Amino acid sequence: MKIVVCVKQTPDTAATLTVVGGVASWGDAPLVLNPWDEYAVEQALRTKEAHGGSVTAMSLGPQAAKESLKQALAMGCDEAILISDPALERADSLLASAALAAAIKRIDAPDIVFFGKAAVDTDTEVTGPQVARRLGWPSLNLVAAISELDPAAKTITVERLLEEGRQLVRSPLPAVVSVVKEINEPRYPSFMGIRKASKAEIPIWSASDIGLQPVPEPALTWPEVIAPVRAEQSCEFVSGETPQQQAAALVERLIEEKLI
Amino acid sequence: MLLVYIDHFGGKPPVAAWEALGAGSLFVTGSDLKAVVMGSGVEALAGEAIAHGAHSVLLADDDRLKEFRPEVYADGLSQIIRQSGADIVLFPTTSRARELAALVAVDLDTGITPDAIQLVRQNGAIVATRPIYAGKLLTTEVNLARRPQLLTVRGRSFPAPDSDPTRSGEIARIELGLAQPRTEVLGYKQSGGGVSLSDAAIIVSGGRGVANNPALHPPPELTNEKEQEIWRAREGFKLVGELAGVLGAAVGASRAAVDAGYIPYAHQVGQTGKVVSPDLYIACGISGAIQHLAGMRTAKTIVAINKDADAPIFKLARFGVVGDLHQILPALTSALRQRLGK
Ligand SMILES: Cc1cc2nc3c(=O)[nH]c(=O)nc-3n(C[C@H](O)[C@H](O)[C@H](O)COP(=O)(O)OP(=O)(O)OC[C@H]3O[C@@H](n4cnc5c(N)ncnc54)[C@H](O)[C@@H]3O)c2cc1C
Repeated sequence: MKIVVCVKQTPDTAATLTVVGGVASWGDAPLVLNPWDEYAVEQALRTKEAHGGSVTAMSLGPQAAKESLKQALAMGCDEAILISDPALERADSLLASAALAAAIKRIDAPDIVFFGKAAVDTDTEVTGPQVARRLGWPSLNLVAAISELDPAAKTITVERLLEEGRQLVRSPLPAVVSVVKEINEPRYPSFMGIRKASKAEIPIWSASDIGLQPVPEPALTWPEVIAPVRAEQSCEFVSGETPQQQAAALVERLIEEKLI
Repeated sequence: MLLVYIDHFGGKPPVAAWEALGAGSLFVTGSDLKAVVMGSGVEALAGEAIAHGAHSVLLADDDRLKEFRPEVYADGLSQIIRQSGADIVLFPTTSRARELAALVAVDLDTGITPDAIQLVRQNGAIVATRPIYAGKLLTTEVNLARRPQLLTVRGRSFPAPDSDPTRSGEIARIELGLAQPRTEVLGYKQSGGGVSLSDAAIIVSGGRGVANNPALHPPPELTNEKEQEIWRAREGFKLVGELAGVLGAAVGASRAAVDAGYIPYAHQVGQTGKVVSPDLYIACGISGAIQHLAGMRTAKTIVAINKDADAPIFKLARFGVVGDLHQILPALTSALRQRLGK
């Protein structure tokens, strides 16, 4: 099977975010492979291990995003491609999905493309579905399990995690599958994997390399980034000698404040 | 013209659908609040939309829309939007509607702003405010040049209008040209889903501390330590569930509790779980790691129960109880039963 996994580089989830010069700043916090994408990479690797084939990791981002692709290689992906172009720097999801779809089309006959549910920086949760729409493939979003995959018949059956329960869906391949955390436990990169990744040459595709010329204008702009102010909260500790007294005191306060 | 997409599951809308209608009503003058209802056998829902304040409804009632298949719904909704000439389309931020909006944005070559918590109109465009970096920052976002503007509004950010069955309005039926669907919905499994954290006004959450009750002795057939821990945790989550029961609350969890197998992932609150903003959030045996706080910091009031008075969760909490949750929770449940007469 020809498997593609799309990944993004994001600030570590433990980073403290501030606004510097009108844009988000994470100070010197490390940049990491977007945590949701670890599940996507893992699922891509498991799919290859079960059915054969190869896994291509693909990222859209600045040159520094190579580091995240190296992590995907270290986990076991066969090759990596970085789409990078100054004209794509302020891409919204409409433009990002156009670039990713254009790049995927240049890969010979992919059977399946994996995404993580969201990127922890922009939190849009729409890029995977939008890439599917652009490719004209089914979008299988919020996938918590793959119950069947038949490369010969080119079909896949997945469980989608919706508010009301798990929806079972059968789809033809190729398809775009966006995964949630429950689907697997991502592996750590192996020592050999890290060595291989450190030597890997990662090709860079520009907007014209993927045929996105001229680059369309993004639809969205972000006039202002704001650090939310949360009124300094001083915690009121309820007192009591016994758990019963503490509980009673808390209930009184919650009722007084009309919270219940 | 403004359209509001009414999301539903088998004809039943989440509260968020009416909240989106409420958000829409802020931007219409006169009687121009239009709702879109799609599905099979959903005429009653169109009536409910009128009762909730829609002045008219575009109704696509079609057998082929019986199951929610994003690609089929997107085909239909894109046609409806094109025909209506709408320049703003609002959706609730539900799993279904968010994806649908994303697909429609591609069809109509326009922007999609998901999860808005605030909307204002400026110079003819809607400027939305939305959380980024799991709510550590907010950004304004605007689609200046392309129409329609597509936005999904976060649950509990806009008031849901009251239902008034005496309201009347026109229901216009629409015929759609739909391609043969390629995906097939085989059915539903309830396990692991069915947790509506986003709509809940009160959430009681448990963390790793829920398993920490050495006084509790597991049945002798459980010899393995991990099994004993999970058994203890499940007993602990019963206490969380009972408190949630008296409060009419939903049950949440930290990632540590989910990863340890105490409770299914659908309950996880935080950066890699659900982002929630209830009126009241009660954190039991949760330390308050930054990734957990990201998912619940916008709760109006936070109560923390933790045996460690220095736990970071207390920094965000309005009320704190320092103690063993295994003793506090049953006491709290029975005190509430008495006071609330339940
Ligand atoms: C990429 C990434 C994403 C993450 N996403 C999430 C996420 O979405 N959600 C999330 O929650 N975490 C997330 N985490 C994990 C997060 O960093 C913490 O590890 C996790 O939140 C800790 O859970 P906890 O508070 O239950 O456990 P702990 O940190 O172990 O805290 C347990 C608390 O229980 C208290 N306690 C123990 N026994 C008792 C008792 N008997 N009575 C009362 N109190 C007791 C202790 O004092 C302690 O404060 C993420 C981490 C990473 C790296």
